[in-house]
Amino acid sequence: MTHFPDIVSHAVLLPEDDVDTDQIIPARFLKVVDKRGLGEALFADWRYRRDGTPDPEFALNRPQAQGAQILLAGRNFGCGSSREHAAWALRGWGLRAVIAPSFADIFRGNALKNGLLPVQIQDEDHQRLVALVQREPAARFTVDLTAQLLVPPAGDPLPFPIDPFSKRCLLEGMDPLTYLLSLEPRIQQYEARHEHTQSA
Amino acid sequence: MSRAPRTLFEKVWQQHVVEQEPDSPAVLYVDLHLIHEVTSPQAFAGLRQRGLKVRRPDRTVATMDHGTPTQALDSELMEVQVARQIQQLETNCRDFGVRLYDLADEQRGIVHVMGPELGLTHPGMTIVCGDSHTSTHGAFGALAFGIGTSEVEGVLATQCLLQRRPKTFEVRLAGRPPQGVTAKDLILAFIAQVGVEAGRGYVIEYTGEAVQALDMEGRMTVCNMSIEAGARAGMIAPDDTTFQYLAGREFAPQGASWDAALERWRRLPSDPGSSYDKRVTLDVTRLEPMITYGTNPGMAIPISSPVPGPETFADPAQRAAVEKALAYMDLQPGKPLLGHPVDVVFLGSCTNSRLSDLRQAAALLSGRKVAPGVRMLVVPGSQVVKRQAEAEGLDRVFKAAGAEWRESGCSMCIAMNGDQLQPGQYAVSTSNRNFEGRQGRGGRTFLASPLTAVAAAVAGAVSDPRTLM
Ligand code: SF4
Repeated sequence: MTHFPDIVSHAVLLPEDDVDTDQIIPARFLKVVDKRGLGEALFADWRYRRDGTPDPEFALNRPQAQGAQILLAGRNFGCGSSREHAAWALRGWGLRAVIAPSFADIFRGNALKNGLLPVQIQDEDHQRLVALVQREPAARFTVDLTAQLLVPPAGDPLPFPIDPFSKRCLLEGMDPLTYLLSLEPRIQQYEARHEHTQSA
Repeated sequence: MSRAPRTLFEKVWQQHVVEQEPDSPAVLYVDLHLIHEVTSPQAFAGLRQRGLKVRRPDRTVATMDHGTPTQALDSELMEVQVARQIQQLETNCRDFGVRLYDLADEQRGIVHVMGPELGLTHPGMTIVCGDSHTSTHGAFGALAFGIGTSEVEGVLATQCLLQRRPKTFEVRLAGRPPQGVTAKDLILAFIAQVGVEAGRGYVIEYTGEAVQALDMEGRMTVCNMSIEAGARAGMIAPDDTTFQYLAGREFAPQGASWDAALERWRRLPSDPGSSYDKRVTLDVTRLEPMITYGTNPGMAIPISSPVPGPETFADPAQRAAVEKALAYMDLQPGKPLLGHPVDVVFLGSCTNSRLSDLRQAAALLSGRKVAPGVRMLVVPGSQVVKRQAEAEGLDRVFKAAGAEWRESGCSMCIAMNGDQLQPGQYAVSTSNRNFEGRQGRGGRTFLASPLTAVAAAVAGAVSDPRTLM
């Protein structure tokens, strides 16, 4: 049994480059002590007008976006702060994958740890998909993590990279911390060797 | 035995690999783990759920900075949610035996100001914190970077981090900058040149005459904004400037262990002939003070230049980004930024709130006034900086000019504590991010140096600090 079944869904389009974590989840929503409920605040400053009502023009508020599990984003998605709240908020809204030509480092790691799959594709393919979703918002994609393929409704499947460890974690439900804890004897050996040269 | 020349990064990395299994990331030992109230509550909750302890409380240090009030250290001013995070951190630190610099502590401060100031940050260390500007500590020749909350939990539990080995990027700042061009201008010029994605997957090492000539506080300013170039970490080889800064600080090694440490630290700089995966050189001899005009830190120009038009960018995506940024900032392409009215001036943040920043700013502001209608907020990086500044009378200079003199904290850098811009307002800010809404919803940020911030405060508009020097 896999812990990360294929994603079959239409995509919400937000193709701007350099979307930073302050947009994904503005700082005033970081005053929480748990991970839940952040989906409401996802893209809050773009999604809601000053009076608090939803902006019908914003991608996530359009009727066709509802129920989407995939976000089709632009380059360098998730740049800026290390807040894992960004991944929690995207997951909280119902997203399971973000497709983009590139991702910021810390965001990529945070996403993978929360079952949000960064699907990195080539620039040309990305442009094609953006045009496709603009034309047909209901177009359905399949994301197959086992095969590392993004399957668009027409045309060739697109391969995407993922490091083998993160892939194993997602597919087998393995938790990185459990792995780290299993290394306790090695950590102790390391400390015994190095303690005298490192102060805290 | 001769071995291949190694870079500073490679030496620190190799020394900290606990385990490296094929097809798995390296397991990296963490020497120092800094925590704060915003990105740690869920990590401690995770420990509780699993019944785990903090493995090395002696290598873990906590402060409160992101949401704390800067007006008076009075919890009545705190929003309920912030107060709950603060309380949560107190409880967590007490239950897990972690040393906490709490609201009342005279040594409390912004995590990246306080760590170096207390001498917690040493050359050759690995340092992590649930905060992207952890890169600041790289100024000491440490490998320091920001991590997410899941990783905070992992480090609390195991003192280790899973990490794929980054590539190396040498950024050489060649020559000496002209007068009025500070560390902040150097890093803004570098990011403007390479863009906000250039550092992704790399650890930067800053080298060159301009870097060596910087004091530790300037070096911290440079390393601080490595993340704004997309890099997780920036490093600078430790030298006598580093050692002199550290000597005698509370948590620096003392006596015989100081001598032993010095010997180790002197071996850290990159060996002659080391190779890097990528290299860039920036000639700093003709730089001007820099200022951002857009909504990411790469959108920066020399202060006397006009705001660029979107059509000057070849890349269509960048053109679109600049167009959107100018619309948000409500700026006209082709017009100078000089003379553009400013509502607020923010002198603070872990980029530019150390004593040298405040000294430079006060020297320029002395005998002058903040322009009518302009609000200037001076927020020292730590309570120690605050007291030192007061001992030198800097607070009197700021107050006499009409600026507000505050308690330490992140304040308007992240606008979580009520210090924030109103929609539509323009700020010249010494912090590190000009993202939409970063300093308050609808607020517009021009990032610049402390000198440029003072010039703006005095003129009530974007202004070249060199005209005051
Ligand atoms: S001052 Fe700003 S950048 Fe620095 S730690 Fe605080 S919020 Fe982050």
